Amino acid sequence: MSPLEITGLVKRFGEGAEAREVVRGLDLSLAPGECFALLGPNGAGKTTTLRCALGLTAATAGSIRLCGLPVPERARDARARVGVVPQLDSLDPDFTCAENLLVFAGYFGLHEREVRPRIPELLAFAGLEGKENARIQSLSGGMKRRLTLARALVNRPELLILDEPTTGLDPQARHLIWERLRRLTAEGTTILLTTHFMDEAERLANRLAIMDAGRILAQGSPREVIAAHIEPQVVEIFGEWQGEGAAAWAAAHAHALCQRCEVSGETAFCYTTDAAPLLAHLAHQPGLRSLHRPANLEDVFLKLTGRDLRD
Amino acid sequence: MTSVTDHFAPPRLSLRLLAVWRRNFLVWRKLALPSIVGNLADPVIYMLGLGYGLGMLVPEVEGVSYIAFLAGGTLAYSTMNAATFEALYSGFSRMHTQKTWEAIMNAPVSLDDIVAAELLWAASKACLAGIAILAVIAAFGFAASPLALAAIPVIFLTGLCFAALGLIMTALAPSYDFFMYYFTLVITPMTLLSGVFFPQGQLPDAVRTVAECLPLSHAVALVRPLLLGELPPQAGLHLAVLAGIAVAAFWLALGLTRRRLLK
Ligand SMILES: Nc1ncnc2c1ncn2[C@@H]1O[C@H](COP(=O)(O)OP(=O)(O)OP(=O)(O)O)[C@@H](O)[C@H]1O
Ligand SMILES: [Mg+2]
Repeated sequence: MSPLEITGLVKRFGEGAEAREVVRGLDLSLAPGECFALLGPNGAGKTTTLRCALGLTAATAGSIRLCGLPVPERARDARARVGVVPQLDSLDPDFTCAENLLVFAGYFGLHEREVRPRIPELLAFAGLEGKENARIQSLSGGMKRRLTLARALVNRPELLILDEPTTGLDPQARHLIWERLRRLTAEGTTILLTTHFMDEAERLANRLAIMDAGRILAQGSPREVIAAHIEPQVVEIFGEWQGEGAAAWAAAHAHALCQRCEVSGETAFCYTTDAAPLLAHLAHQPGLRSLHRPANLEDVFLKLTGRDLRD
Repeated sequence: MTSVTDHFAPPRLSLRLLAVWRRNFLVWRKLALPSIVGNLADPVIYMLGLGYGLGMLVPEVEGVSYIAFLAGGTLAYSTMNAATFEALYSGFSRMHTQKTWEAIMNAPVSLDDIVAAELLWAASKACLAGIAILAVIAAFGFAASPLALAAIPVIFLTGLCFAALGLIMTALAPSYDFFMYYFTLVITPMTLLSGVFFPQGQLPDAVRTVAECLPLSHAVALVRPLLLGELPPQAGLHLAVLAGIAVAAFWLALGLTRRRLLK
């Protein structure tokens, strides 16, 4: 059974002339035990997709099964088997860390006597040993995020959904969260996460989808997506050329030396299957500097979603 | 698939709402004493101040001392205020500012359960505050009859009625400022017109006819006789009106909240 199966999802906000289609025919199917990353720029529709999947807003069209149950009809029962880390922290400021976990467990119908013994373990998992009685206001942003992760695990979920789990965190906190998510996948929990960070997706995900403007543009393992959508080598070129910049060089030479070239500001990104002729050419251009590297997910992401700012 | 009729479909409730009620209770318990004193101080000061002060000038109202007359009205309007404050300010804080409701909806709890829990909680808190005020009233000797205990379920029902009305405002509010209008335009005039401070017989006929329909008038019409040890006339009618408003207002509040949060 797929922990989450979405077919033909459409979500429209507003009516009539004001209507905006935010999700436009999205298909997604998670395999049990995998970690799946949904990548997309701001406003791509990631959070909306998750809200539909959880039955927190009605889809305009399409069908959703969460933990094998139809959504929205049985969304409540399905959510009993899912853990959620929302995009914005919503910890209860009136409670301590331990109380946050206990009270949240209550929403799943779990009794205090079952949950209380697990609290030290849950807090330790989140790197919050000994914080039982700490007030929420006294926690740093990273600690709040980790407590939210612990909270999402009180019901021992089959599927863990995380909406931008590491946005705004320092590298230490990100690494801790990555390590914990790997541990959860190793224990058999299915994970669906959204992120803007390519390295996060490349590190954690067995499979990923790149979405923009409500549609999935590419889907597969990180390697498959890179192989399918972009030339394997990149040469980034910048510096001075005949009194002008790399853009002028690109206009004159790029088409002959690489398959595809994108200019962004004063940097030319040359994509190619064989960088040798290009590098040989650059050796004779003393004003230009270059960086030669394998293509990565970010290149695919930028190719598919464009280099323009979103909001 | 989302039409207006969906949002205003009948409530579908489950016992999970008790967990949400319990959440609010646990928060309240941490600050129970200051909370009760806060709910108590204002009405008791008014009651004693007006009761003994004005009472010197007004020897008797409807056959009892002015302060004995005021006691029942005080209990009713302070219950209204406590339920309204909780549904408006605390409810809005949990719905909007703290995103508590959104967090809860990620668990197997529906928005219907949450709004119903808020209704029950606001009524419970108002009832707790009301019991404290009733105790003070009894201590001053203005609730001598055992019938006064029957005022407790009545104030719970009053709490439900005003909590439900308050939740409508909460569902519509863009910010806390909005609630000032509700207090100035609805709650304060209602307090003055519902026979809390003076008998409704003093009002011009046209005003009186309207004033008698106000929900607080029904609460006062039940609570005052009970504190004076009498069975309220037309008790069934007053109870039915309070219950009817509670149900209708809850339904409307739920529909508006669904429209706001589930879109
Ligand atoms: N309740 C709503 N009513 C109207 N429009 C909405 C609503 N929720 C989201 N939108 C719009 O839908 C679009 C997609 O939003 P969504 O939050 O799903 O994007 P996202 O991919 O999660 O973006 P981000 O990375 O910024 O979190 C945005 O343009 C947003 O303004
Ligand atoms: Mg989002």
